[in-house]
Amino acid sequence: MSAPTLPLDSAIATTQEHPSAVVVFEDVALAFGENEVLRDVSFRLARGETKALFGVAGSGKSLILKLVMGLIRPDSGRILVLGHDISQMREKDLFQLRGKIGMVFQESALFDSLTVRENVAYRLMEEHGVYDEEIDRRVREALRFVELEQTLDLNPAELSGGMRRRVAIARAIITQPELLLYDSPTGGLDPVTSNTIIELVVKQRDVNKTSALMVTHRLQDAFTMATHQFDQQANRMVALQPGQHCDVPLSFLILRDGRVIFDGDLRALTQSVDEYIREYIS
Amino acid sequence: MELISPTYFAKVRVQTVQDYILFCVQAVANLFRKPFYFTDMVQQADTIGVGSLPIVVLTGFFTGAVLALQASNTLERFGSLSLVGQLVSASMVRELGPVLTSLMVAGRNSSGMASELGSMMVTEQIDAMRALGTDPMKKLVTPRVVATVFMLFFLAIISDLVGLAGGGLVAKVLLHLDSRQYWSNAWETLIFQDIFMGLVKPVLFGFIIATIGCFYGMNARGGTQGVGRATTQAMVASSVLILVLDFFVTRFLMAVLSYR
Repeated sequence: MSAPTLPLDSAIATTQEHPSAVVVFEDVALAFGENEVLRDVSFRLARGETKALFGVAGSGKSLILKLVMGLIRPDSGRILVLGHDISQMREKDLFQLRGKIGMVFQESALFDSLTVRENVAYRLMEEHGVYDEEIDRRVREALRFVELEQTLDLNPAELSGGMRRRVAIARAIITQPELLLYDSPTGGLDPVTSNTIIELVVKQRDVNKTSALMVTHRLQDAFTMATHQFDQQANRMVALQPGQHCDVPLSFLILRDGRVIFDGDLRALTQSVDEYIREYIS
Repeated sequence: MELISPTYFAKVRVQTVQDYILFCVQAVANLFRKPFYFTDMVQQADTIGVGSLPIVVLTGFFTGAVLALQASNTLERFGSLSLVGQLVSASMVRELGPVLTSLMVAGRNSSGMASELGSMMVTEQIDAMRALGTDPMKKLVTPRVVATVFMLFFLAIISDLVGLAGGGLVAKVLLHLDSRQYWSNAWETLIFQDIFMGLVKPVLFGFIIATIGCFYGMNARGGTQGVGRATTQAMVASSVLILVLDFFVTRFLMAVLSYR
């Protein structure tokens, strides 16, 4: 796929220009036995920014999201999330921090013994002290956001793959987290459904201005995000006009053999002379 | 096929035992840490306890019945057929009631827990739970351990009772013994130590069943094949551990309780 012509007249802000970083990786390394999966990975995600993570299968993209969530710990290096150093944080304290982060898993990871309502409301129900009426209102609101209000009483098994991803997004955003992590939200979906999911990601980005890390295999998803914004009045994603730029910065991070080989905006990506990157984006 | 070095094999085994012990400590420690998932405990008690009742009743009844039948053959040679009640009672209460009930529940629930938690593990539901701010050890493991220990205690008592009833039926119908004699024999032979031993065992075995099932489930890796492997391993490990532990617990309690 060739890189599309982009409205790049106005500079897209990069992470370095943002003083308050939501996620900071400093020389993070991780190995499973003798297999070094991540080596000296360093990057910053600024508040309000969306960063798309690319790399071939097994390059450690999903592991970065799990490291941010504190689901696994790095062997060395430092990870700062929302100002907290989570590298050494106790699991008990991590649970509180995770309340400010939403994550959409690769295969949705919906609880199959619970209904859609219970899945989306899970975090609120676990918090206790939230009234049923309040839970119901917020569940409907989250499901309305992903346009699946009618599935409230269905089980995850009764939903299609795309619907499950949308419910997973609703579950992740119900508490209005400060940071969203998407693990291949369009993986294994047809192009039309993928577009619906990307539209929701863009909607969340532009409406709620949530910082996000998105792992994806599909370069076209990230290009769509870079070239479109969500029109709230029309309630759909629209293409940016030449000269117009998105209010929310989008950057790209490419991994190769566990190392970061590119971290920058779309302009830098399309102008890169690195052979691997040229081949990757072509 | 690649050969595994004995040192590596031993290290992996020791590591597994260490992980299992830490897992058990955490499961017990969670009893004293908030939040408590009481609803989940009741749900699990229903699944494990009420759900296992039919197989426990059937196993207990026919074990008692066959015990009476087998014992009659030997006792008749010594002219002591009337002692069949004593034999069935002592065997069921001390040994067969707790052990067979535990084996049945292990077959049904230890493997069930391993497959349920294993499936959740490989489909990232456990990770999702952690990501949503819930400790899976507290939400999934501790309620299962509490429910199994609690329900197995009562299931073993039920098994003892129906086992005695099975023996009683055989004594009356096939051996033509007096029912009152059978029951008074069965009752009078039991002493405190018998009852104590019969009630301690299901508590220990219940703990083994739940922790082994959950441990293998939470450590399942490698897709559906991994879940299948975890299920089989949980079933085998819990059954073998029950039988091995039974010997040592019996020996220990006999020494401690100054058994006759």
